[in-house]
Order: sequence, then structure tokens, then C-alpha cells
Amino acid sequence: MPVDVGLARLSNDLIYGGILAYSVGFLCFAMDAAFGNHVSEAKQPARARAKVPALAGVGAASSGSSDIAVSEPAAPASSGPFTSPSRSGRMSRWGSAIARRVGAVAVLFTLAGWALHAGAILTRGLSVHRLPWGNMYEFTLALTFAAVTAFLAISTRHRARYLGVFLMAPVVLALGIAVLVLYVPAAPLMPALQSYWLAIHVSAATIAFGVFAVGAVATLMFLVADRYAAAITTGKPVRFTSLARIMPDAETLDRMAYRLHAFVFPIWTFAVIAGAIWAEYAWGHYWQWDPKETWAFITWIVYAGYLHARATAGWRGRKAAYVALLGFGTILFNFFVVNIFISGMHSYAGL
Amino acid sequence: MSETPVDVRENPDTSAVSGLDTVPEAPDEYGTRQRAPKTSVSSVFSFLRWAWYSLTSMRTALILLFLLALASVPGSILPQRGGSDPFRVNQYYLDHPTLAPILDHVGLFNVFGSVWFAAIYLLLFVSLAGCVLPRSKRHLKAMRLRPPAAPKNIGRLPFSTSWFTELEPDAALDKVHAFLRAKHFRADRAPSSVNAEKGYLRETGNLLFHLALLVVLLGVAVTAGFSYNGSVLVKEHDAFTNTVISYDAFTPGRFVDRAKLPPFSFTLNKFEATYHRGDNARGDADTFDAYVTWQPNLDAPAREYDVRVNHPLSTQGTNVYLGGHGYAPHFIIRDAAGHTFDQTVPFLPQKGTYQYQGVVKLPDAKPDQLGITGFFLPTASVDPTTRQPISIFPAADNPAVVIGVFSGNLGLDTGVPQSVYELDTSKLTRLTTAVMRPGDTITLPGGEGTVTFAGFEEWASFNITHDPGKPIVLVAVCAMVLGLLASLGIRRRRVWVRASRDFAGRTLVEVGGLTRTDASGGFDDEFARLMTSLRTAVPADDGDPADHRDAGGADQRADFVATVPQPVAAPDKED
Ligand code: HEM
Repeated sequence: MPVDVGLARLSNDLIYGGILAYSVGFLCFAMDAAFGNHVSEAKQPARARAKVPALAGVGAASSGSSDIAVSEPAAPASSGPFTSPSRSGRMSRWGSAIARRVGAVAVLFTLAGWALHAGAILTRGLSVHRLPWGNMYEFTLALTFAAVTAFLAISTRHRARYLGVFLMAPVVLALGIAVLVLYVPAAPLMPALQSYWLAIHVSAATIAFGVFAVGAVATLMFLVADRYAAAITTGKPVRFTSLARIMPDAETLDRMAYRLHAFVFPIWTFAVIAGAIWAEYAWGHYWQWDPKETWAFITWIVYAGYLHARATAGWRGRKAAYVALLGFGTILFNFFVVNIFISGMHSYAGL
Repeated sequence: MSETPVDVRENPDTSAVSGLDTVPEAPDEYGTRQRAPKTSVSSVFSFLRWAWYSLTSMRTALILLFLLALASVPGSILPQRGGSDPFRVNQYYLDHPTLAPILDHVGLFNVFGSVWFAAIYLLLFVSLAGCVLPRSKRHLKAMRLRPPAAPKNIGRLPFSTSWFTELEPDAALDKVHAFLRAKHFRADRAPSSVNAEKGYLRETGNLLFHLALLVVLLGVAVTAGFSYNGSVLVKEHDAFTNTVISYDAFTPGRFVDRAKLPPFSFTLNKFEATYHRGDNARGDADTFDAYVTWQPNLDAPAREYDVRVNHPLSTQGTNVYLGGHGYAPHFIIRDAAGHTFDQTVPFLPQKGTYQYQGVVKLPDAKPDQLGITGFFLPTASVDPTTRQPISIFPAADNPAVVIGVFSGNLGLDTGVPQSVYELDTSKLTRLTTAVMRPGDTITLPGGEGTVTFAGFEEWASFNITHDPGKPIVLVAVCAMVLGLLASLGIRRRRVWVRASRDFAGRTLVEVGGLTRTDASGGFDDEFARLMTSLRTAVPADDGDPADHRDAGGADQRADFVATVPQPVAAPDKED
């Protein structure tokens, strides 16, 4: 079937609109992070209770929330600071009102960008009459979409808006790379790619990639927050302090990161298996140690290592976090280096 | 999840009461040793025992797993003999003449078939088996275990709450028992408490995953011995019979009986390819169809099948996949002595072009041997800059061949094996070069004869594989996914409830909860919800201690604040 050029063009316009909306959303998230009063916003009484007296010596009541005014014995060092004492003290009422508004605007713009993004993927798919993740451009669109979807889902359910500023930056960057570098005009797929197992495989891989990205962002944030917390207790100076101040405590981030990884690991496993089933249909070998397969396997092992590290005494925390980042590194390697520089079955040497 | 602000306390020091904590050097939450116990190596036996413990510790298994990943890296970066393009190894030898033999010597051009890769694989398997199998035994026992008895001080559990009720202690506990059972807890009614646990499937899932992984490792390795694969190029109208000699290449596993391959056969009636003709991705393939007539054995009726990419022909556990395709020009050559040679020769696709290259060898031509090298151009055109004939489209819209004809000695008698797709021109002299269209005939200079380009056929290559281990591996990987879902998605948690009379004669209900490896969080919410409904089942009387404490008008959630002041250490989860 011929390509519907009009729809393909519409898809391109939509993605530019989406990038614009995401960018505005990102700026608002940044403003929100920089100026927002997070203790009152995040509504985390237990944490505030455990921490604020310990680190700031300021009554938790300063956050203005009545249900957390329970004073507790000092928390040990493991809790990271969420807001600097001086700022939460100075934060004026109208300032925080505006900040709250900015946070909402950030989510709204991200939602708008998400809708445009969805439209771009949909029209691209309709224009070529297939699932629109058949090349690196389309795949990048799809995986950033998965990442933003995961972010929006957890930020409504788990109040993880703080991820916004750190996630939207790489998303906008990736989409920029997609439209500027990876772009290819809409076209049908070559015969080997016309298989529903491949569709399943790539869909699962895309979702997994997107969620892994969110997990990596949460892990990076954890490392910054954890360093900051350690620096507070030892009194040593530390870099990225201003970044850590706009983040929740390390424990929260660690938990968020783990949840994301635990959620997505089975999806990744399934994606690799679906790829193997596809390969079996296409070539008669479910596993050939093709470079892409090999790296999918390496990714799988590294994340399996992370899950084990997380459950092993002495490996929790920072060490496990490095393993998770290594895992994401292998995904990036697979996507950029293997796809572009190393030829294998995936690049269709034969047919 | 934290729609409910969390007022459930979390205690840091639960190790005193929980049987669930990880104690170093003891089985961890997986019931697995993390480190080998230190044993003095005083005798061979104790050394062996130490070696076995070390090998089967979780740490070793993980290190081996990482080693396996690390070992596969060079296999993905260096060209591999078994890979998609084995010729790249030769190219590598030419490009890096000193480095290549060294790499080759340590097996880096055949990583996945190398001894050291197999060694890691084998060690990993043994380690995993030694780690998982004993655990399965323990787990089978643990699965039938009743929930453990309530700890002395329920209030010191990570999650706890209490209230007074007007019910008698026994009646209250009966209600709690019924309630927890209805919530699918495994609950025991002890004389003064209810002990309950839920989420046993978590461990089952975890075990299923690891066992299945074991099966996959085993299945892949063992069934390889019973597998074979091969490839064959078939021209249109030609037939293939599944015997070892019919293959162009055949790789059997160790235990394959070469004489007993399934006796199917097929004839390639027609190969058809269609391509994009628009400007967009012009020349990319749309469809490939190899129409065959096949029989499962000689006595069976013949059937039709369309072998496509992603659509193999399957029979008797053997699959026939469509591989490559190309053209086979048909030449009629008459030599100086008047003999006629009728040759239809497959030409191979040349990467990055729409041309097909091949040779014709006529060792029996007289007086001199004849050889032809040539290109088949399915859609011939002339390159505007070089003025050379080229092909601009993969379909045979305007077919032509460009040939060079040679006479002399083909070099077939030197004993060195030669590729049928290459011509050694060192002892040949070029007679002529020509561009021909179907039907054209050229006369060779010096009365050496004539060459006619009579037409062409298409050919397809087929990969034929037989792997009896596939169903085993497939079932095992499905089990792996299921196991993972249970293992990562289910939380194991224990709840204890005690009811007792206090000095004033009132019934105090104390509830404590504990979750194992609650790395994923969320038990606080579940516990809070559970308590909300439990307090409906076992209603609080007016003198509830929690109510008094929170007389300031805090909402109902404050009920879950424990009665005993406690240190709060871990910052609370937020989710
Ligand atoms: C890092 C892991 C993987 C990712 C991110 C991934 C992603 C993709 C993507 C995006 C495609 C679409 C085409 C392309 O851009 O190349 C694709 C195709 C394919 N995948 Fe994977 N895949 C992964 C692992 C695997 C595995 C483990 C297999 C199993 C054998 C596999 C088999 C295939 C095959 C055969 C194709 C079609 C050929 C082609 O890509 O051109 N992939 N994969």
C-alpha cells in the first residue's frame, strides 16, 4: 500500500508541536523545582516528620500542614534533606502559591505534549499502514513516548512530579536527535519485518526502554541525593548541592527507582523472548548471538544483577545504583552503537 | 499510593522479632547463602566442600553471570566465524595481520563456540543448580509451614496499631481469624493470638524463575547435540530432497544420525519478489514468495506451499526458511570443437548494488577450457558519469549480462579447492567482453566458438533447521516470565493480632505487620487499608487509646499510630 504523504507530513508537524510543548513543560518543571515549596506540596508527613526536626531544627509545622505536627526523636543520617532550612523558612505564602501553579502548568504542558506526541505516532502509523516503530527515528519517538507515559502515570499515582525536570530534559534531547539526525521519511517495512511477533517484540522493547530510562533518571537522582545526604552528615562540601535540594530524599528515590526496574524487568525479559521467537520464525534460529541479541542479553544480565544487588546486604544503595546505570548504558550502547556501527542480522545483510 | 498520609510507624530494629531479616553468613531472604562459609582447608574433603560452597554461593553465581555477559562482548564487536557474515573474519585478517592470529588463537573469532565461553557456561550452570536445587527442597517444606508464632512485643513490629474493643478477647480473635482468612491470609488461631501470612507465591515464583532458567541453560546446551541446520540454493524448477548430500552446507549436532533425516522433498516452482516502485525507499523489497510443491515423504501426496520470510515450511520437526534469492542466467556455449554446453548458473547478489555476480566454468570445452565471469543486471542502465553498465532496480525490468570470456587453463587440476563463484584468471586469456540481452549471441574471436545468453531463472536459498529442544526451551522461558511476575509482583507479609485484657478489664487488640523484602514499598498502604476494614470487623469501643491521643481532631488515619512511643529511623516511604 502506498504511503499517505499528507498524514506523514501531519505526523512531522505534530512531533514538532509536541517537542515545543515538552520544552515549555520542562521550563515550568525547572521553575517549579527551583522555587516551589516542596515540603508542603509533596504531602509527605511521615517523611517531613522524620527529617525536618533532625536536619533543620525547624518545626514541621512550618510547612503549614496540620496533620504532620508530630514531633519525633531525631532521625539518623540516612535521611536526605528535601528542602534547605533557610529557604523553607523564607518561602512566602504567595510565592508558594505561584510555585504550585507553575507545577500544575508544567504537568499541563507535558500532557499537551504527550497528546501531540501520541498523535504524531498515530498518524505516522496510519500513513504507512503498520506499527510505527520500524526504524530508529520511529523507535525513538515511541520510546520517549513510553518514558513520558510512565512518568505521567507515576506522577499522578505516586506524586513523583519531582522527576519531571530531570526526565523531560533527556526526552526533549532525544526527540531533538530523532527529528534532526535520525529522521527518515515514512516508508513500508521490508518483508522480514512484517511479522506480528516482531511487532510484539519491538513494542515490548520500546516500553521497556522507555521505563528503563525513567528508572535511570530516578537512579541518577538517588545518587545525587544520597551523596548530598552523606555530605550533610560528614560536613564535607559536595557538588550538585542545589540539585539535591530540589529532590526528595535518597530513600524515596531509591525506592522509586527499584519499583520502576522491578516493573520493567519482566517486560524486558518478555521483549527478548519475543525477539527470539521472531528470529525463530524468520531465520530458524531463536538465538544466534547476533550483536543486537548479545547486547539485549547483556542488558538483561546487568539488570538481573541489579535486582539481586538490591536484595543483597552490602550492595543496596549506591553500588546497586551503579549497576542499574550500567544496565542503562548497555541499552544505549545497543541502540546507538550496535544499531549504527555494528552490522548483524538486524541490519539485513542478506535479503 | 500515598493518597493516605502514612501514619503507620516503621521500626528500624525489627531483627529482634522478625525471622525474616537477612543475617550475614546465613541464608538470606532467598534462602540462599550469599557467601561461602569459611572452612579451614585442612583436608581434601574439606577443600572440596569449601569449593562446592564457594561455587554454589549466590555471589559466585552472580559473578559468573556477569562474566558470561562480559565474555559475550567481544563476540558482538569482533567478526565471528559463525556470524551473519563469516567473510568479515578474513577481512579482519587482511586489515590486522599481526593482531588477528593472536585474537584467533584465544578464540575471539568464535567466542560463542570457544572453550572458555563453554567453561563459564558450565560453571554457571553448576553454580546455579547447586544454589537453586537445595533451595527448592527447602521451599517445598516452607510452603507447607504455618505462619510463625506472634512475637512478644507486637508494638515493636515495623507496622503496628492497637485499639480497645468491647468484644471478649476470644471472640475478637475469632473475628480477626475469619477476617484474615477471607482476605486470603494463611491464618492460624493460636490461644492468645492470630498468626497470619500471605504471599507464599512470591517465593514459588522466584523459584520457578530460577528453575526455568536452569532448564533453559540445560535445554540449549543438550538439545544442540540433536539439532542440525543446513542451507541449500535451489533454482526454479529444481528439486531438493532432504539428504545430507543435497545440502550446500550442513552442520549437524553430535548425536544426529545423518542417514535418518526426515525424508521430505520439494520443488521450487517459482520465486517471486516485489519491490517499492515509488520514490520513497525505491527498490526496497515488499514481498518474497517461494512457491513450492512438497511431499513429507516419497509416498505422500504432493502439496503446494508458499514459503515466505516469517512463514517457514514445517514438517516432521524440521523447518524450511526462505533465505536469500537471486538470478541464474542461462547460457548456451558452443566451443571450437562444436560441443554445446547448456548452463544455468546462480549469480550471487552483490552487497549495496542491484547486481548479481557469478562465473561459468567449462573444463570440458575443447581445445581450450573456457570460463566466463559476469554480472547479471536485472534493470540495466548506463552510469551517467562512468559510462559503465549498471543495474538501477532489483526487479528484472530490463535484464542484461555483462560478461568477460576467457580461455586457457581453469586451474581445476591443481588440487586446491576452488569456489564455484570465482574464476582464477591467472592462466587464462581474455577473449572478449560483452553486454548481452536475452537472446543475444556473440562469436568468440579466434574461432573459439559462440556464447548465447538464452534467458534467466530466479533462485532462492533455504535454511533448513531441526531443533528438538525448542519446545522445551519455549516452555521454560514462559515459566521464566511467569515466575518473574510472581516474584517481583507479589509481596510476602505477615500479620499478627493479639487480644488481651488490660488491668481495667478492657480488651486490647494489638496488630503488628511485617513484610519481607519490601523493597518495592506499598505495604504501609495495604496495612492501613487492612486495619481500616479490620476495625469494622472488630469495632473499637469509645475508650480507644488512639482516639484519645489524637483528640486534636486529626482524621481517622491517626488510628494507626502505635501506642508505644518509638524511635523512628527509616525515613518513611513515599509512593
Ligand atoms: C536491546 C535489546 C533489543 C532492542 C532494543 C531491540 C529493538 C529492536 C528494534 C527497535 C527493532 C526494529 C528494527 C531496528 O531498528 O533494527 C528490532 C528488530 C528486531 N529484533 Fe530486536 N531488540 C532487542 C533485542 C533483540 C533480541 C534479543 C532479539 C532476539 C533474537 C531480537 C531480534 C530482532 C529482530 C530479528 C529484529 C528485526 C530485524 C531488524 O531490526 O532490522 N532483538 N529490535
